Amino acid sequence: MSEPILKVDNLKTYFFLASGTAKAVDGVSFTLDKGETLGIVGESGSGKSVTAKSIIRLLEAVGRIVDGSILFEGKDVLKMDNKELMDYRGRDASMIFQDPMTSLDPVFKIGYQMVENMRAHQDISREEAKKTCIQALRAVGIPQPEVRFDSYAFELSGGMCQRVIIAMALCSGAKLIIADEPTTALDVTVQAQVLKLLKQLQEQNDMALLLITHNLGVVWEMCDKVMVMYAGKNVEYTTTGRLYEKPLHPYTWGLLDSMPSLSLDSKEELKTIKGTPPDLRLTGTCCNFYNRCPYVKPICRQCVPEQVEVEPGHFVSCHFQTKEKRLTRGEVNPYEE
Amino acid sequence: MVKTILKRLLQVVPTLLIVITITFVVTRMIPGDPVTAMVGEDFDASKMEELREQMGLNDSLLVQYGRYVNGILHGDFGQSYYFHQSALSMIASRLPNTLLLSVLSLIIAIAVGMIFGIISAQRQSTMWDYVLTVLSLFGISAPVFWVAIMLVLLFSVNLGWLPTYGMASIQADGMVEFLRHLCLPCLCLSIIPMGTFMRITRSSMIEALGSNSVRALRTRGISERAVVWKHALKNALPPILTVIGMQFAGCFAGAVLTENIFSWPGMGTMIQSAIDSRDYSLIQATVLVIALAFVVINLVTDIVYMIINPKVAAGAEKGGM
Repeated sequence: MSEPILKVDNLKTYFFLASGTAKAVDGVSFTLDKGETLGIVGESGSGKSVTAKSIIRLLEAVGRIVDGSILFEGKDVLKMDNKELMDYRGRDASMIFQDPMTSLDPVFKIGYQMVENMRAHQDISREEAKKTCIQALRAVGIPQPEVRFDSYAFELSGGMCQRVIIAMALCSGAKLIIADEPTTALDVTVQAQVLKLLKQLQEQNDMALLLITHNLGVVWEMCDKVMVMYAGKNVEYTTTGRLYEKPLHPYTWGLLDSMPSLSLDSKEELKTIKGTPPDLRLTGTCCNFYNRCPYVKPICRQCVPEQVEVEPGHFVSCHFQTKEKRLTRGEVNPYEE
Repeated sequence: MVKTILKRLLQVVPTLLIVITITFVVTRMIPGDPVTAMVGEDFDASKMEELREQMGLNDSLLVQYGRYVNGILHGDFGQSYYFHQSALSMIASRLPNTLLLSVLSLIIAIAVGMIFGIISAQRQSTMWDYVLTVLSLFGISAPVFWVAIMLVLLFSVNLGWLPTYGMASIQADGMVEFLRHLCLPCLCLSIIPMGTFMRITRSSMIEALGSNSVRALRTRGISERAVVWKHALKNALPPILTVIGMQFAGCFAGAVLTENIFSWPGMGTMIQSAIDSRDYSLIQATVLVIALAFVVINLVTDIVYMIINPKVAAGAEKGGM
């Protein structure tokens, strides 16, 4: 197999706050190949966005990557100098944010920003850049791209802005797109369009896509692989089909159960995972999920579960999902400790 | 945009009318009268009465007001009793000096204030930031007359580098002498706006640098220089511009104090002597010119606003503002 586009190994990003150290990302590993889509799911504060920001090395002042490695096409992102980093961010990896309206500078025309972006990383003339940009705008389905080129962000809808940002990624020829909840701020009808567009462009250009979402429906639709994150740890990591057929971690079960179903006869109450996620300053001594897990045993409070490859390509971090032990969903935990 | 500007121009008319009326009333409320100020207390009372009659000061206030407004409408701002010149020509001879002083001070204040403000915002909560913030606070709160005296003490008395007062002419004294005379009044007048610009730039830039769009620019690998000096600065500009407009107008009026301290032959010294001699026409005309400057500067600020912020222009087209 060829080298993966992105290989993240044991990434640890901590936030050094006055009140203590918050382990926002605590030992996350995954790989992403060309043309592949990886979904990261988890609730708010589980470290999804921090993982994304760590990958492009753009963290808040208090955040620092303390351990692990990030390899982009075999090159260590953590060792890049300023120039390499700038080109990596603007050319190789493109980031798409939740709120498209504020991701564009409101006081510059979108065309100007697109050209600026291209010229910052490629040695081309203004006219050439403009041509490419208009082509890209057309490719993402913006009507009258020549006119829209001279529009400001506030003159476009949210969906249009997101398309413009996707067009920017196209212009720079990005190999990796990191989309941090790209559809959360959009209308439901537009969400599907934007996702479809992303998928289509990804296939055309053979890009790798890292999709951060808390919508499992989006994951089924879009992703080849899924990583479920909880309190900074990756609790389950496998292919989408595998996760759908045979999820193994109790947290994943809870997550799947709490998806509302649309069938008419179900009048039952929406299921939730009881309790709240742990304080990230206090994690790291036990299983982070113990206080909310229905299968909890004393060992869960005593030590951190190792990540185990229970079957080829299926990684789980749970004391009771190993090669020897196997917990079944919905049954009483048969194991003693 | 043209429509908006025309609308704003129309608003200027009532503003100026109010200014004209208020100055007229306030000027008459100053104790004493021009004749006494001109000839002194011991002058022959009947002669003084004759003079008053001649100058139209015995007419009712309403008649005087009517005459005054009528004159303005015909471009006549009255005669200076004291200098025996038309008020307008007096102003014309002094205005350039005041403009020179205030514009130059403002440019210095903008340049220094904004650069320090940006540096401060970039290095928020560092030693640089603290030092600059304290300096700007000092700049805002130090009284002009005290600063002026300290500057004179330091640069003129102790170091002997600069002259303490007056203005030099370029033709007679040469450029160097001209600039040397300009230094202290300029520095003195620029200190308050400098501090104000530094503070507003700092807070506005901190907000802009923390915005989503700046974060997005950084993820696109745009150089830090372009992010700060182009994108963030343009986003941060509207409040800074408003303050610049206000301070420019303030500089113009604030020149009264500075000009008097440094005997600078501008509008400030003129208006002071006009008040001393109850020179009604000259006071009214000068105040009117200063008010006009305020109005024009505000108008220009609004127009520049529309240019840098396309959203404001779009809103104005739709009938806002």
